[in-house]
Amino acid sequence: MNRDKILLSHGSGGKRSTDLIQNLFFNYFDNKILISGGDSAILNIQTNNLAFTTDSFVVDPLFFPGGDIGKLAVCGTVNDLAVSGAVPKYLSVGFIIEEGLEFDVLEKLVKSIAETAKTANVKIVTGDTKVVNRGKCDKLFINTSGIGELDSKFKKISSGEKIQPGDKILINGFIADHGIAVMSARNELKVQADVQSDCAPLNGLIGEVLAISENVKFMRDATRGGLATVLAEIVKNRNFGIHLIEEKIPVRESVRGMCEFFGFDPLYVANEGKVVMIVSDNDAEKVLEKLQKNEFGKEAQIVGEVVNEHSGKVVLQTQIGGKRIIDMLLGDQLPRIC
Amino acid sequence: MKHIDEYRDKKLVDLLLKQIWETSKTPVRLMEVCGGHTVAIRKFGIPELLPSTIKLLSGPGCPVCVTGKSFIDKAIKLSKIPETIITTYGDLMRVPGSSSTLENERANGAEIRMVYSPLDSIEIAKEYPSKKIFFPGIGFETTSPATAVTVLQAKKEKLDNFFLLSAHKIMPPAMEMLIDDEVQIDGYICPGHVSTITGSGIYNGIVENFGLGCVITGFEPVDLLQGILMLVKQFESGNPKVEIQYKRAVKAVGNIKALKLLDEVFELKDDWWRGLGNVPKSGLKLKTEFKKFDAELNFQLNLPEPKEEKGCICGEILKGLKLPSDCKMFGKICTPENPVGACMVSTEGSCQAFYKYQL
Repeated sequence: MNRDKILLSHGSGGKRSTDLIQNLFFNYFDNKILISGGDSAILNIQTNNLAFTTDSFVVDPLFFPGGDIGKLAVCGTVNDLAVSGAVPKYLSVGFIIEEGLEFDVLEKLVKSIAETAKTANVKIVTGDTKVVNRGKCDKLFINTSGIGELDSKFKKISSGEKIQPGDKILINGFIADHGIAVMSARNELKVQADVQSDCAPLNGLIGEVLAISENVKFMRDATRGGLATVLAEIVKNRNFGIHLIEEKIPVRESVRGMCEFFGFDPLYVANEGKVVMIVSDNDAEKVLEKLQKNEFGKEAQIVGEVVNEHSGKVVLQTQIGGKRIIDMLLGDQLPRIC
Repeated sequence: MKHIDEYRDKKLVDLLLKQIWETSKTPVRLMEVCGGHTVAIRKFGIPELLPSTIKLLSGPGCPVCVTGKSFIDKAIKLSKIPETIITTYGDLMRVPGSSSTLENERANGAEIRMVYSPLDSIEIAKEYPSKKIFFPGIGFETTSPATAVTVLQAKKEKLDNFFLLSAHKIMPPAMEMLIDDEVQIDGYICPGHVSTITGSGIYNGIVENFGLGCVITGFEPVDLLQGILMLVKQFESGNPKVEIQYKRAVKAVGNIKALKLLDEVFELKDDWWRGLGNVPKSGLKLKTEFKKFDAELNFQLNLPEPKEEKGCICGEILKGLKLPSDCKMFGKICTPENPVGACMVSTEGSCQAFYKYQL
């Protein structure tokens, strides 16, 4: 196999495509369902309820501190399934590659996908590769879709219809790391921050929480738009509000510094390993303890609560005791962050 | 975080608030004329912590807001010249001109690059010698020294493909005009960053001619509350003066090096401000010896005078006569996603600060 650059013919469906599939993808994504080589993956599903999701990844640069586009592509889809209360099982991976991408780069990313999938305990069961002319895409774009099994008792988590005043808002750690890490890797700002992306599969952590509490009313991963946007979306057109306490929200010192310097609000900066949970008052402490014992939840905090007042609005109690509204992200703080 | 946390300290904040509540007896209207202050005041939720005697007004402190549509129209016209790159601060991308924005023009194929420093334009000009690089310069004394350095660097590098479109302005003439216009103001919360460059002397005229207190203030809650307390004390004792609250950054003499740079590169011109109209000697244009870098002189930019939006009360808001919530379009037709007026476009604009933060 030509191990130098990816050529248009690698996506043609001919010999080079087969080479790529058998010697690269099969090698790393090794599992029986994929290797059987049919036009569709045939899946054995244990439940009546499936969760199904898709996401595309265009992050620039491909590699950043704490992750890469491959790891991101697995975590993004795994987390979308997990926050719906599902157990992620199977993923598809589609690559759109710009002609001339170095083979080594692709291999590194495929390896990263395989490793992350292993950590997240999901299988890559189907995929596709297209190669486009130079300049028609930027190095590499990835799409992943995923299927998860959903226990019917968690069916209402994704809509949040059981949320009620008194429920507590939890987050599993420092916010805004991913956005700042990617921005810093781009070097557009000519400032280097020693910050790693928080990119991580959260299905393990979420599974542990769901095993001890049936009172998790809502979950969402706080990706683009950050914590603020997730909360603003939840309250929209609902008959409750959210009271958020600024000093409880975990933000790393270095990230706060970068945000102050460049005028970003960490509440709106992207995360790739953060889940917002809304949990009944009774179970909140128990869930917090569980989160803090997991490697992806050490810095978890209760950051606010659902209230009867100011319905439809998120109000932040600032660290000096003032109050302000938290609305959705306006425009795009940082394009191509995931 | 060091150098920040101490200025957001709840105990200090409470102490200052207690003193403000004790000191303020007579109703007083204080105006901030810096977009950074507008945002900080709303972001930390300061107004609702103050006694009802103190009213905070937002003045013409947001450069994007006071700059007319014609500036964007000119930048767009320049972007259509073949082999051109526009380098710009991100704030300008979404500001509406008469019929388009730089963001739209980029989608239509114009080459428009966001930069964090005007000096990046020089690097781009060197990298693409066959292209023309235009930098639309905007801002008050805080940003104009960086533009001055860029022009000097262009001269030093003997570039003939870098051009400046200047909408740079200076603050004091507008502050004086507002008082002349009989806007009811009892004291100015003076801009911290502008004053690091200019020093405190530029406000002497406001005290001497108009009897208004001026306190140069920082951007953290403790700064703002201390600045407000100083102004209230001046007002209550009938003793207006120029004071510096933001002493860790501002010296009375200012930044002499930066002032020299400004003086070397720019001269004053009459300039148009949204809300205020023509303000004599309030704008900065390149001196004759730098005319080869002046986009206005080297390119045909005569455009029809744009009309301001009907129903938009940006002008009155910038003068502190009305609040954003007084505008019929606010939050309905005019939102940050679909801004009608400049005060809603700019992250430092009063309308956007109100929309984003106000309860």
